[in-house]
Order: sequence, then structure tokens, then C-alpha cells
Amino acid sequence: MTVLVFTLIMLAASFLAGFIGALTGLGGGVILIPLLTLVFKIDIHYAIGTSLVAVIATSSGAAAAYVKEGITNIRLGMFMEIATTAGALIGTTIIIYTSTNAIAIIFGTVLIFSSLMTIRKRNVDHIETKEKSILAKQLRLNSSYPAKAGPVHYFVRNVPGGFVMMIGAGILSSLLGIGSGAFKVLAMDNMMRIPFKVSTTTSNFMIGVTAAASTILYFHRGYIDPVLTFPIVIGVFAGAMIGARVLIGSGIKVLRIVFSIIIAIVAIEMIYKGIKGT
Amino acid sequence: MKRFITKQYWLDWDIQQLIGNMLRFGVWLSAIVASIGGLIYLIAHGSETAPVYKIYISQPEAFRSIPEVIKGALLFKSSSIMQLGVLLLIGTPIARVLFSFFAFLLEKDYLYVFITFIVIAIIIFSMAGGISV
Repeated sequence: MTVLVFTLIMLAASFLAGFIGALTGLGGGVILIPLLTLVFKIDIHYAIGTSLVAVIATSSGAAAAYVKEGITNIRLGMFMEIATTAGALIGTTIIIYTSTNAIAIIFGTVLIFSSLMTIRKRNVDHIETKEKSILAKQLRLNSSYPAKAGPVHYFVRNVPGGFVMMIGAGILSSLLGIGSGAFKVLAMDNMMRIPFKVSTTTSNFMIGVTAAASTILYFHRGYIDPVLTFPIVIGVFAGAMIGARVLIGSGIKVLRIVFSIIIAIVAIEMIYKGIKGT
Repeated sequence: MKRFITKQYWLDWDIQQLIGNMLRFGVWLSAIVASIGGLIYLIAHGSETAPVYKIYISQPEAFRSIPEVIKGALLFKSSSIMQLGVLLLIGTPIARVLFSFFAFLLEKDYLYVFITFIVIAIIIFSMAGGISV
């Protein structure tokens, strides 16, 4: 295979990953990691480094659109970034002591758990209409987002629970090379009772910084190969831009279905790989 | 509806637009830089056999040190230009955080100035090499 053919294949594959990543709020990494390691047999270090760069592109490209729409809760994102970046830093150390197979099994387990959580709660958003958390008030996390019928106001609850979960999301992000949007969305959805559109977009907003915190370190370690990364950055960026447009136009129900199907497929693939490898 | 005509609301709205534009600019810039490097690389090496990434080998100093990447890019080395694109992309969300720091300062929201400062400190710590064991 020539460099040109290889580049074109990577470009097409990452376009798809970026599109699905932005559409679901997962980030491109969840699709890219199994694609790179299972299909293209690329070493996990390269895959994680490259994927995180792609994740930054997906998240930033899509977040740009969401932020302008006014759906993103910037204060909530900013506060939770303390947890996710600290977690990311912890993950960059854990990865040194974790085997490839262990990473694959962790990956699959995390995604199956996330998938079950999503299936469990298929009904409409439980928007919190009463003030339940003093911390949320003090941190000014309660907000509103624009909808067709006028702004929807919501209150945030269980801030400490969400914060701890975000540390976990940060660790998983740098350890698995994903944005761990699933964990972020579920923390905000199930624990903090934040409307799905807000949690999806705020998750996207946080993913870039979380990934950047670990990627800058991986860059120094030499995980990021220019020839491999270049087509993936371009492909994911293009895919994310189109995916972001679809999200703004589509309903919550479709989103959730796409979301859980993708999680299930990826989880099975990764666990199979981990077990086969041992 | 009163809250939607306050100064705070419009300031927040302006900041949202700025952050959105900034992220978009960063991603576009890095995509353009990486594409320039990539195209030059493909013209020169496109017909060669694609590298295999089955076994991990750390990148050479030229591709993992920020000053070396900039040096290489200024000499118009295609791989260094691609890496510069990657660095610009990593820098985009970091620049957004720095911007937020000043935006919260402008809003006199000192609680969030402090919160943003913690995030910046963590990123600087990571740049310095992270947790060494």
C-alpha cells in the first residue's frame, strides 16, 4: 500500500468517525480506537495519541456551533473541567502501567455500562424545576437553553457526585484515547438531571480541554505520528462539522437510539479483542 | 423575561459568540496548516510504501519537542508542518480556557476566574511532564 492510498483510507474512516462522534456527543475517539487497532492493526499508543488529537478536532468543531446556539452551559463546563483535566493527568500516569489487553477490556466494560444506563432511561428529560442544590446555586450552574417554545429553565443537582464522575471521565479519556463523552453525558443526565441537549453540548465543550491536557503530554512522549495524524485530523474535522448540523436539527429520541447502538457495537468489539489477546 | 434583557445576559451572549468563533478559527487554522504540510508530504512521498504502525516507537525529538517542530516548520519540512497543525489544534481549547479567564475577569466573576485558573494550572503541569513516578 502506498502512502497516498493509506492517507485516503484514513481520511474516509476518520470522516465517518467524526460524523458519528459529533452526532451523538461521543467524540470521534470511540469509533476511531477500535477502527485503528482492530481494523488497521495500529499499536494502541499511536491510536490513543492520534485519536485524542481527532477528539480535540471533533469537540472544538462541534462545540463552536453549540456555543453560538447558546445551548452549552459554559459555567458548568468550566467548573467540571477541573475534574476532567485532573483526571486526564492521572490517566497519563496509569497508562504506563496498563497492558493493551487490559485497556481493551476496560474500554468495552465502560461502554457496556454506559449503554445499559442509556437504555434504562429512555423516556423524556426529567428537567429539574426546583432548586435542590445549594452548591449549584453558589456556583451559578442553574441555567436555561433556547427552544422553539421559548427558553427552558433547569436546575442542577448532585454537584459533588457529578464532579467525582467527571474525574473518572477524565481518567478514561486519557487512558482510552476517547473524549469519554458517554460518561460525561451520563453523569450530567442521570446524576445532575441536566437536559439531554445541554449535557450533550456541554460535554462536547469540555472534551477539547480534557483531551488537550493529556495530548500535550503524549505529544512530548512521542505518541503522535504526523503521517498518521494528518488525514485523521482533516477527516474528523469535516465529519464533525456535518454531524453538528444534524444534531441541531434532529430530535432527542433519534439521538438516544443512535447513541446506544454505537456504544453496544463498540463495546463487544473491544472486549472480544481484549479476551482474544490474553 | 426580565433576565434576558440584562447586561449580564448580553455579556454572556457576546462571550459565547467569541468563544464559538475562536474554536472555529483554531480548528480551521490547524486544518489548513496540517493540509499544507500533508499535501507537500504526499507530493514528495505519496508513491512510497506506507509506514506500518504495528509496533510503537517513540517519535524522534524533531516531532515531539515544540521548539523543534516550529524550527522544522520554518525550514518548510512537510512532516514538521503537519505536526505544527497538530500543535495548533491542541492549543485551540487551551486558548479557549485562557480566553475564558479574561472573560470572567471582565465580568468580575472572581469565583470563575479562580476556577479557570485551576484548570490552566493543571494544563501547565501536564505540559511540564505530568505526574512523574
